[in-house]
Amino acid sequence: MAAASLAASPARPRGGLRVLPAGIFLAFALIPIVALFTGGTYLVSLGSRVMIFAIAAVALDLLVGYGALISFGHAAFIGLGAYAVGILSVYGITDALVSLPVALAVSAAYALLTGVICLRTSGVYFIMITLAFGQMAFFTASSLAPFGGDDGLTIAARNTLAGFPLLRDERAFYYVVLFCLLGTYVFCRALVGSRFGRVVRGAKENPVRMATIGFDVYRFQLATYVIAGALAGLSGFLLANATEFVSPAYMSWQRSGELIVMVLLGGLGSLDGAIIGAAAYLLTEEWLSGFTEHWKVIFGPVLVLVVLFARGGLIGLASALVRRFARG
Amino acid sequence: MADAVLHLEKLRKSFGALVVTDELTFDVMPRELHAVIGPNGAGKTTLINQISGLVAPDAGTILFAGRDITALPTHARAELGLARSFQVSSILPGFSALENVALAVQSRAGSSFRVLGRAAAEAALNGPAMAALADVGLAERAHIPAGELAHGEKRALELAIALAMQPKLLLLDEPMAGTGREETARLVEVLRRLKGRFSVVLVEHDMTAVFALADRISVLIYGRILASGTPAGVRADPRVVAAYLGDEME
Amino acid sequence: MSTTLLVVQILNGLQLGVLLFLVAAGLTLVFGVMDFINLAHGAQYMLGAYLAVAFYALTGGFLSALILALAAALAFGLVLEFAVFRHLYDRDHLDHVIATFGIILFLNHGVKLVWGAAPLSLPMPELFSGSVRLAEGLVYPVWRLVIIAAGLAIAALLYVLVAHTRIGMLVRAGATNAAMVSALGVNIGRLFMIVFGFGAMLAGFAGIMIAPILSVEPGMGDNILILAFVVIVIGGIGSIRGAFLAALLIGLVDTLGRSFSVDILRFVMGPSPARTVGPAIASMLIYLLMAVVLYVRPTGLFPAKGR
Repeated sequence: MAAASLAASPARPRGGLRVLPAGIFLAFALIPIVALFTGGTYLVSLGSRVMIFAIAAVALDLLVGYGALISFGHAAFIGLGAYAVGILSVYGITDALVSLPVALAVSAAYALLTGVICLRTSGVYFIMITLAFGQMAFFTASSLAPFGGDDGLTIAARNTLAGFPLLRDERAFYYVVLFCLLGTYVFCRALVGSRFGRVVRGAKENPVRMATIGFDVYRFQLATYVIAGALAGLSGFLLANATEFVSPAYMSWQRSGELIVMVLLGGLGSLDGAIIGAAAYLLTEEWLSGFTEHWKVIFGPVLVLVVLFARGGLIGLASALVRRFARG
Repeated sequence: MADAVLHLEKLRKSFGALVVTDELTFDVMPRELHAVIGPNGAGKTTLINQISGLVAPDAGTILFAGRDITALPTHARAELGLARSFQVSSILPGFSALENVALAVQSRAGSSFRVLGRAAAEAALNGPAMAALADVGLAERAHIPAGELAHGEKRALELAIALAMQPKLLLLDEPMAGTGREETARLVEVLRRLKGRFSVVLVEHDMTAVFALADRISVLIYGRILASGTPAGVRADPRVVAAYLGDEME
Repeated sequence: MSTTLLVVQILNGLQLGVLLFLVAAGLTLVFGVMDFINLAHGAQYMLGAYLAVAFYALTGGFLSALILALAAALAFGLVLEFAVFRHLYDRDHLDHVIATFGIILFLNHGVKLVWGAAPLSLPMPELFSGSVRLAEGLVYPVWRLVIIAAGLAIAALLYVLVAHTRIGMLVRAGATNAAMVSALGVNIGRLFMIVFGFGAMLAGFAGIMIAPILSVEPGMGDNILILAFVVIVIGGIGSIRGAFLAALLIGLVDTLGRSFSVDILRFVMGPSPARTVGPAIASMLIYLLMAVVLYVRPTGLFPAKGR
């Protein structure tokens, strides 16, 4: 297993790509304005959906890209956040000021409980046990008959925000999601370059070395796992509000796999890549499924090709191109 | 012994039928440089691994500064002041040489659960890190990614990382492994300058270095200490000459 | 809870266990020898079933369909190994996960494209259809007994191959230390190909054998894949013996758990909560089992690389 495949994750992106995050967020900010010309809310709701998954992807990049912790159960935290919203709404609690903290608390708690066990393993065992806990969440949700079971639960309306039905307006909701994504990104970027983040990145490169320097790597990884889980819970909260529906399918292992694909597609260990990957995956899905329902027959081999030849994902390709142009 | 920095009492380790550490009793005094020599396969690296906590002994006790650390995990031992270097360079290749050392400084400084503020820019960490790099002669190469350093520079970096931990005891596992004559001489000079700051256990094959630096030498053969004493005493010991030094000394 | 029901469910558990073993054996060898995580293994099981359906439509005979489908499954597995997987052995596990995930997408939707999304069926051979009376009041389908017998026979065959032949010895050595085996001059590339092809064939065989009982549909391999991974993790990676024991254990725990969870829980809680909690716990049982095993033995029960 060559360590050469996974490049070290620098705390900051290199060269011309430093402006990338600014460009990304600018683009997102402009979408609803562009949509004013195209009319309707399709573009806006698509944009919201992309950003919602981007939040979960950025959180997963913390784990996979910076921590080398390949979690195959990340979708469970999205689902938990979503179900928090759904279940609370069944009991008449529909304000975000309650359901958001609950969503975050539930996913963080599950991350803590499962992380304590998962992080005692490594390698493929870690992958399998995170998958197992994801499946447990999935099956629990499927068996919750009073909350829809297999079929899922429709939510009457989106959460109010301190009593105001702000989120029911598609454009307002879009900017709330954008704000959450921006906050998530800024937080993770700071985290990665901080003292804490440096330990996690070091543990990815050489965990034995980190132990002999005096770091209890387990504690740092657990904290990262909980943070990533809570952020995915935020994503779930927003997803439930966006679709006004929650279902066990939000937590399936296929969804967890898709999240990993999103992060890899954009470029592991770069945070920007997670956002780009989520956008690329969802937009491709949206576009190609317009042509044929069998678009995954093409997408599957594309993934294989990306793994074989474009290991750094889209960001890797972009930097290679930038370097080539710089050379003239 | 009451005032030994490190005391190993009847340490035993076997891998299957192979006994690698055989009822080993050993101590290191404060601020002495204690060399451990012996043929390949004598169990030197396993000994270092047991002291630093990467390998658990089957039996016996390890006392560090009077405290029983036999069951303590590696990172806790490091926190107590036990630093080590590896025979095969074990650094963080994607980080710069400076960051490698700064991480060791960070560990010493505690409070690594800080999630804001750019660690790489912290003068409180970089200052001592640069000092350690200067000690081993790597100050000019501070910003080179550690993976790109030359072999001898990596060995020096290993030493710098250990130094930055401000250890009470430094375990050096063949620091001169694979270095050329110039590099070796440079590392010997560095170690000579650092002697007396703290205790050192030096595992080495290079006899010139060993006899130039050691206050005491222990000879490890088949997991047991055959002889232990001053360099002159060990050199003259007929058992040692017969078992090991005979062909080594020119 | 009658004895008859218990015996039937035990037999069902054995049948599931044997099926899981057929799938897990290839998976654990590929992982053990090549350190390669093959998520597409479940899709190979599915492919076996689809190929059998297709050949049956041509030949009209189960046996001929079985043989042709096995040959085709083997060929497909070898092509996959040669074209894609071979280039990934040196890479880290994440690359394996993503690449094989892509293969799953390709195969799951590919079969939908070729054969449609509607479930298909494969008729079982006349000779083995119907049920047999095992004891007073105990009637059991013959085909399920055939599956159990076939699975046990293959397990015995694998044991002989792995423990008593030269190639088996190479495989065992490769699972313990592939680099060493290569350094000893063995053509490691050919060894890998044989291991992979054989594993693919076993998975395909499992798919073909179960096809007459379950329906053949896209994505049928996804669930068996997860179960197979649980099996090899509990059994210990690289160990055929571990896979066999773990597979039977999981088959029994899962089947008996699902059948009797509500009844058992009724002793500790009322019938109504038992009916809600029971099925949920039953689905999670094997994952709880895996979590417990990993907690006590972080590398499984009988890992090839030792502890």
